[in-house]
Amino acid sequence: MIEPVLRIEDLHVHFPVKMGLVQFAGRALLHATGSAGREEGEEYVRPRVHAVDGVSFNLNRGEILGLVGESGCGKTTTGRAVLRLLRLTKGRIVFEGTDITGLKEKDLRPLRPRMQIIFQDPHAALNPSMTIGRSIQDPLLVHGRATEKEAREDTLAVMEEVGLAPAEDLFNKYPADLSGGQQQRAVIARAIILKPSLIVADEPVAMLDMSIRARILELLLDLKRKYGLTYLFITHDLATAKFVCDRIAIMYLGRIVETGPAEAIYRDPKHPYTRALIAAIPVPEPGRTREVTLPRGEVPDAITPPRGCRFHPRCPVALPTCGWEGRDFIEFLEREQLVESPGASDPNIGDVGEWKVHGFVARRSVDAGTNERVADAVHSLLQRAPPAFAHAIASVSVQDRDVIVRFRAPDPLVAKEVEGRTVECLLY
Amino acid sequence: MSEIVLEAKDLRVHYHTKRGPVKAVDGVTFDLHEGETVGVVGETGSGKSTLGKAILGLVPPRTKIRGSLLLRGRELTGLSDGEYRRLRGEDLALIFQDPMTRLDPLMTIREHFIETLKSHDSAVSTEGASKRAAEVLRSMGIPESRLDHYPHEFSGGMRQRIMIAMALVLRPKLLVADEPTTSLDVIVEAQILEILRDLRRAYAMSVLLITHNLGIVAEVCDRTAVMYAGKIVELGPVDSVFRRPIHPYTQGLLASTIHLNTKELRSIDGLPPSLLNPPSGCRFHPRCAYAKEICAQQEPPMVEFRPGHFAACHFGGDFV
Repeated sequence: MIEPVLRIEDLHVHFPVKMGLVQFAGRALLHATGSAGREEGEEYVRPRVHAVDGVSFNLNRGEILGLVGESGCGKTTTGRAVLRLLRLTKGRIVFEGTDITGLKEKDLRPLRPRMQIIFQDPHAALNPSMTIGRSIQDPLLVHGRATEKEAREDTLAVMEEVGLAPAEDLFNKYPADLSGGQQQRAVIARAIILKPSLIVADEPVAMLDMSIRARILELLLDLKRKYGLTYLFITHDLATAKFVCDRIAIMYLGRIVETGPAEAIYRDPKHPYTRALIAAIPVPEPGRTREVTLPRGEVPDAITPPRGCRFHPRCPVALPTCGWEGRDFIEFLEREQLVESPGASDPNIGDVGEWKVHGFVARRSVDAGTNERVADAVHSLLQRAPPAFAHAIASVSVQDRDVIVRFRAPDPLVAKEVEGRTVECLLY
Repeated sequence: MSEIVLEAKDLRVHYHTKRGPVKAVDGVTFDLHEGETVGVVGETGSGKSTLGKAILGLVPPRTKIRGSLLLRGRELTGLSDGEYRRLRGEDLALIFQDPMTRLDPLMTIREHFIETLKSHDSAVSTEGASKRAAEVLRSMGIPESRLDHYPHEFSGGMRQRIMIAMALVLRPKLLVADEPTTSLDVIVEAQILEILRDLRRAYAMSVLLITHNLGIVAEVCDRTAVMYAGKIVELGPVDSVFRRPIHPYTQGLLASTIHLNTKELRSIDGLPPSLLNPPSGCRFHPRCAYAKEICAQQEPPMVEFRPGHFAACHFGGDFV
């Protein structure tokens, strides 16, 4: 078997949430007294953003893998982590057969020329006080690959190649003198001048106007064919990914939920999130009607991602075993109160704020004597709940002054092969 | 025909700069009917955002505005700041791209609504204002229990819903939405677009939707105006413009849009012109594959090639 250019195994990147000492002490105290609504017996740990939370993929030579997802899904963090531009929390990165996970920066440096990145905003990626030519040739000098004179010649050749012509004239221009498209060409020139094998392209056309995007994408494809480049193409735009990528990995909240050949994923998406994402794209064809129901709400925060499948609270086809938990009960109450359902305005349900969440449990303390009535009100309100959610509830019970709604533990979520792709969903 | 809410006649907005006037909007004529949604599309520097700002009276000082802009028959150009302030909210409302920059981080959502309502009607009570806020928020899918939350406690999509709710609470006749979903993700964008579509029905409001995204125009607009270098080059029903575009720029723009059914990549050669010194004749002629001598010499007039479908191209007839 041919060694892939890049092999990523179980990559995790967590960021601690920034807070001051007082805030930290306060949170820890609240936790110790049990009023913060966390699981009992759990030690207080500084909250962490689970930006990337167990991502694995291979990138084969000459391939374009699209990493696609909404903002905050961890696609950019993944792109930076695989180049070791960020500290990993856990996982393994193998680049061209070398495990670079623990390499020191000085040992990494000889490999750097072979792995490059193209950023979204060319204006920010170019030093405004350096001429375009100097910016492009700088990597050659930094890595001691050429003398000034050779570097200049190589730079002029690369500039012509990426369409910065006439190169002689543009060499001494500053970024501000160039259009956005030309700036991005300069960034691409700088990325390829060291003849890399892997390029991470992070939203390379997102900042550009529609009428010039195609030209930059074509340039990337031409360069790939010519030099046998391998791309990790990061984008939020499914349409662009469809056009450019061989394979696509769909990310949601720090995990890849579906991976497969681009063509298959668009023709017949398997994961409910992929389906929603594809269906939500506005298409410039008047009269087309949207037949899908959109997932409700927005992406939850990555500090405490939902249990089980992270998409379950928004999923239109969720099962009772997908990971329903106490907070989903709170959300259910809020939704019912929003539509002013008769059950939700029952005073026995109380304010949403009176319900406390502990993992798989939601509980409300009530006056002794009314607890049975509250439990009954919850039961009748649950008649209106979506079946998957209602069936996920193991019990509504009464314990002293508490009314307790307890959820079943979810089924373990494992990635499965479904018709030539890998899907992380209990439907399969 | 329904009532005309907004009418622009040969509107020109020239920004003052050290290097001379930037002709951001340079002779724009169109109208907007009651209950209609018109999408203004164009790329960076086409003048679409300037058009929106001019309607709302939000252009920087020393900007020259010429031509006429009538809101239900009332001339807007030359209004004083005070007069404009009264119009905004009651007759005109706006939603922006980034809601966080328009909400005060130190005020709860309830306080935002009370301030908005009281500044237009000092007789309204605090309870009355809260009640109206709760109603309009509920129609946007935000529960009343969140009225006392601060802007940072909401997600991006919810903040945009709050902005829309605040724009609607005074029941304006015209809503100007400048890239209302650009900072949102695709699923939330679709949710907001559904809301905008429903608004037309529920409030009989006219909407001027400014966007670079042709897909959004196709989904929510009745008519579209395509802008290029400060001018409207094509104007007509969305269906007609998207299916059978006349102006070569519109054709190029539609062909270069990458969407799920894109079969091949296309682009428009060249770059948009400088608005300090725009090209003579048709402003698109240096980039146009069909340009002939006349295109550099004479500015093409807007011609109605199909019912309600106008384009400014000397050879428009060839493309009908």
